[in-house]
Amino acid sequence: MKEPLSASTKIDFWQRLSRNRALLLLLSLLLFLLIWQMLVIVLNLPGFILPSPAEVGRKFLSVLSTGLLWRHFSSTLGEILLGLLIGISAATLLGYALSKSPLAERLLSPFLVGSQSIPMVAVAPLLVIWFGPGLLSKVLICSLTVFFPVLINTLVGLRDVPPELREVMRSLRATPAQTLRYLEIPAAMPVFLGGLRIGASLSVIGAIVGELVASDRGLGFLINVGRGQYDTALVFVAVICLVVLAASLYGLVLLLENKVLSWQTWRKEA
Amino acid sequence: MPSPSEIALQVSNLEVTFIDSDGTLEVLDKLNFSIARNAFVCIVGPSGGGKSTLLRAVAGLIRPNGGKVLFSGVAESKAQTGLVFQKPNLFPWRTLRENISLPLEIDHRPDAEISSLTQEMIHLVGLEGFEKAYPHELSGGMAQRVAIARCLVQDPEILLLDEPFGQLDALTRERMGDELLRIWNERRKTVLMVTHSIPEAIFLADRVLVLTSRPARVIMDLPITLPRPRTDAMRYLPEFTEASRLLHEQLKGSTAPTN
Repeated sequence: MKEPLSASTKIDFWQRLSRNRALLLLLSLLLFLLIWQMLVIVLNLPGFILPSPAEVGRKFLSVLSTGLLWRHFSSTLGEILLGLLIGISAATLLGYALSKSPLAERLLSPFLVGSQSIPMVAVAPLLVIWFGPGLLSKVLICSLTVFFPVLINTLVGLRDVPPELREVMRSLRATPAQTLRYLEIPAAMPVFLGGLRIGASLSVIGAIVGELVASDRGLGFLINVGRGQYDTALVFVAVICLVVLAASLYGLVLLLENKVLSWQTWRKEA
Repeated sequence: MPSPSEIALQVSNLEVTFIDSDGTLEVLDKLNFSIARNAFVCIVGPSGGGKSTLLRAVAGLIRPNGGKVLFSGVAESKAQTGLVFQKPNLFPWRTLRENISLPLEIDHRPDAEISSLTQEMIHLVGLEGFEKAYPHELSGGMAQRVAIARCLVQDPEILLLDEPFGQLDALTRERMGDELLRIWNERRKTVLMVTHSIPEAIFLADRVLVLTSRPARVIMDLPITLPRPRTDAMRYLPEFTEASRLLHEQLKGSTAPTN
């Protein structure tokens, strides 16, 4: 402790700053807004190319006060939640069934792998043709996007249940339902939640893709409207809402992971 | 010969053959032996010789191709066996206490009974204070003690141990041996244990069976007459050395191809 006082307090300040995550997040956001505003001023860009943060803020407040934003936000949120519900349940059920039948898995796996490489953007118009421009096609697109990562991770998670632990369950004469409850679900949970994390972020993309193709409501529709009217600030508002939505969903899964996987005590230290 | 009522486990003409793409592999060939109630029997034999297969067949995890496994003279009497594996095989998401209580939960016991029996087991294996620890926080010896407690909590008639101390260092291994004898003394179970270590087998067992390499048969059935309780000093008695010599010679012979 022979360092000069000034130097040590300096280190202390940076150390404390780097530990305070909330403060850092706020700082990087402010920095981002500052650079954005500077860009608008320095390049002297018109509002329909790049609106300033202040313009976007004003737009946000105005669409918020008229209830327009909430109407579209809630319809996108509804599509996403329904899509997640359907996609996750279908994927989990099919994943469990396939893990019990290696033959079925081998028969289906070319399609599973193949369908994963189809870009959802390309399929979305088809689904809109088949199921109309309403809620149904959006929910289907969303659940399909969620379906595959969750299915694959459910399968992998269940397949990687340690065989020696399966043998323990057999030596304890556990029924298949008990093996599912006491062994398979907790053992597959980390990988399953990994799939859920990917699925949650993709679900937002799925819903928006559907809305961009054809819709009369939702944040994707709002983006289309803003584009048509050169109301770029409106597009920004919609995009920022989407980012917040996707980040919140992701955060929810992270919270779930921390709660369900609390036995992995090393997670807390990381 | 003990009378039928005193026989806890009888294995008669047991045959196990594995079939895979490379053909058939005869693992056990007309294996015969029986164990008296509350006896401690060790099995030694060359590695890969079917000792684990034998235990799994007795535990009902493998269906034999021929022969019978009888418990107290009855076949498949709700198989009162408990199996301890070479690795502790604990469930990493369950605490020490929850690992030990698992068999009782599977058996749908009432909560009060689960908690009292589990606590009793934790006391028996000397792990008080670690109830809430997760498996990755335990040492190898502690983890294997949890595995033994998980097996004993079901109160099985017959304890099947598959090289339970194989992955522990020599000192821990000896201490676990002492511990096992203490538990066996308190609980009085019939024990059938597979081990690689001749001294361990002699120190623990009433009888040591030597198996041949595949297909496995019993080629030696050696009674150990050392008095109980066993102490470390007995390791230097002439009887101990003599048993060790006999087993060693037999094992050496059995690894050579037999016809």
